[in-house]
Amino acid sequence: MPRLSYRRALTRALADELARDEAVFLLGEDVQVGASLVTTGLAKRFGTDRIRDTPLSEQAFTSFATGAALAGLRPVIEFQIPSLLFLVFEQIVNHAHKFPLMTGGQCSVPVTYLVPGSGSRTGWAGQHSDHPYSLFAHVGVVTVVPATPADAYGLLVTAIRHDDPVVVFAPAGAMDLREDVDDLTPVPLGRGRIHRFGDDVTVVAIGHLVHDALAVAEELADQVSVEVFDPRTLYPFDIDGLTESVARTGRLVVLDDGNRSCGMAAEIIASVVERVRLLAPPRRVTRPDGAVLPFAPALDRAVQPGRDQLATAIHLTMKDGS
Amino acid sequence: MTDADPVRLYRTVRLIRRFEERAVELVHGGQIVGGIHPYLGQEGIAAGVCAALGADDVLAGTHRGHGHVLARGADPARMLAELCGRVTGLNAGRGGSMHAADLSIGVLGANAIVGASGAIITGAVWAHRRRGRDTVGVSFFGDGAVNEGMLLEAFNLAALWRVPVLFVCENNGYATTMPVAGAVAGSIAGRAAAFDIPAVQVDGQDPETVRVAASAAVDRMRAGGGPELIEARTYRFDAHHTFEHAVRLDYRPPDEVSRARARDPVRIQGERLTDTDRAAVDAEVEAILDAAVRFALNSPEPDPADALTYLYASGLTARTGGG
Ligand SMILES: Cc1ncc(C[n+]2csc(CCOP(=O)(O)OP(=O)(O)O)c2C)c(N)n1
Repeated sequence: MPRLSYRRALTRALADELARDEAVFLLGEDVQVGASLVTTGLAKRFGTDRIRDTPLSEQAFTSFATGAALAGLRPVIEFQIPSLLFLVFEQIVNHAHKFPLMTGGQCSVPVTYLVPGSGSRTGWAGQHSDHPYSLFAHVGVVTVVPATPADAYGLLVTAIRHDDPVVVFAPAGAMDLREDVDDLTPVPLGRGRIHRFGDDVTVVAIGHLVHDALAVAEELADQVSVEVFDPRTLYPFDIDGLTESVARTGRLVVLDDGNRSCGMAAEIIASVVERVRLLAPPRRVTRPDGAVLPFAPALDRAVQPGRDQLATAIHLTMKDGS
Repeated sequence: MTDADPVRLYRTVRLIRRFEERAVELVHGGQIVGGIHPYLGQEGIAAGVCAALGADDVLAGTHRGHGHVLARGADPARMLAELCGRVTGLNAGRGGSMHAADLSIGVLGANAIVGASGAIITGAVWAHRRRGRDTVGVSFFGDGAVNEGMLLEAFNLAALWRVPVLFVCENNGYATTMPVAGAVAGSIAGRAAAFDIPAVQVDGQDPETVRVAASAAVDRMRAGGGPELIEARTYRFDAHHTFEHAVRLDYRPPDEVSRARARDPVRIQGERLTDTDRAAVDAEVEAILDAAVRFALNSPEPDPADALTYLYASGLTARTGGG
């Protein structure tokens, strides 16, 4: 099996679902030529009726997808930049997400919101570098952040088949990853994945940060035995899987590319300490409170959670808990 | 397709009128909590437009949505039960006045976000058409909504992709207390003209006039035309919301209200009937609403343990908040 890139895995998932189910269609800005490189070739294969270029009108086409879903289709929207989610938060949260409950179960809204290139794309500055997954987890929209090509494939397929709205964040930092994959299968929601087993501390890492956590774990291997836990979906969250891991290691560090206050890391830590008595206070490595990514590369990097910070957090946790 | 029977048109406006009056009573009696946005005075628009629709068509309304849902044929008893928050309600007590919906008859719901219905209906109609149906859709909204960007984006999408959506602006002169002249630069029909959407202004107080205009638009749309817009001039006889009964906001000159009330759609349509026919409809509507009120008030309230049932269509369950 050839090495599959993360970006191609997304394309493959879209193509497979478009081929499998007539109800699936894709809409977004410049999706026919594939400006994001994720939808390349799909318009040729499936036609421009199913791969629809939209005018720049995110709010309308997001609610258009809600209406199409109410009428029985399964739309996938590709957003060019993560910050557009702020623009359509209303349409996703107030409409797509709330419809089933508000109608007393009369309908479902199976829309997938695909956000390739989420998080910092170095040099794209303040309005192109957000990673707003915690907002969606907070409101209870199914929220997916795959870390590997195989998971990107498997989770996107699951998202498209899911009967509720799902936001799929494909981090910029993961888009160029490649891996050997033997078979591509759907990945269930709410099931985490342990990428590396360890005895001393559980590091939860989200999206592309899984690879940073693995690198740090490797670096520290002769000092600390680090377990790397990738939740894969942030909502629903695999709290049982994580609890089991932390119950073994007794220590917890979370690496999260979101802002600190009210972020995923806070939620993960709270959920674990409700269930497990830790050997040391938990730690989190995140973007700063209220961060806006500055332009200059050194500043951009300074705001993103980094490997050094993670190594330090692991050391401190080990020291506190020894 | 159009239902031109004047008796049925009268029946619809009368049903909405009496439903609203009974609902206001139930608000004052405390049986409807949260209050309602009464559609009193605007009945002719929903009735006239819905008379032009066929069985496959879809619509979405507004916070002032009872008339749209009833005119489309929803069961008044289940609708009233919904307003009272009962399990027998259209939405099993989860939606209430502002979200009453009946997907089984193409009512995608009243919607409490101003300007929201246009894009949703455009997507729904486009989807139905893709599957070979000849569905048309109606998006109802107020004059306040024509300043919402999303609605104008929806005009663009519908016109660009030639989706047959009838945009119905119920211009009752006010958005809450904001007069239309203080809010709308240009004109409402001009908004449509900018997207090459044909627009007409009609007297929304005459149900028959509305029906004729809507039928013409629906016929053209079904024959392959793109979206159209109707600006129906109307007036709400009552408050923006029943909270106003308590706070007594002062923004409409009393003589303006009484002049408007003189042009009553129920009376205008009623005068087209014989006294016998009108009396028969009135009695029938009264009996329906008496039964509806009994049904609503005698229906069980939902079990608090089920508060988040229906949150996820996929069957996902949410973690509880306590403990
Ligand atoms: C987007 C949005 N803004 C504000 C509100 C609060 N609000 C509810 S109804 C209303 C007035 C709407 O006026 P109009 O569209 O003219 O409809 P009408 O009430 O006159 O039927 C407002 C401001 C809302 N629900 N949604």
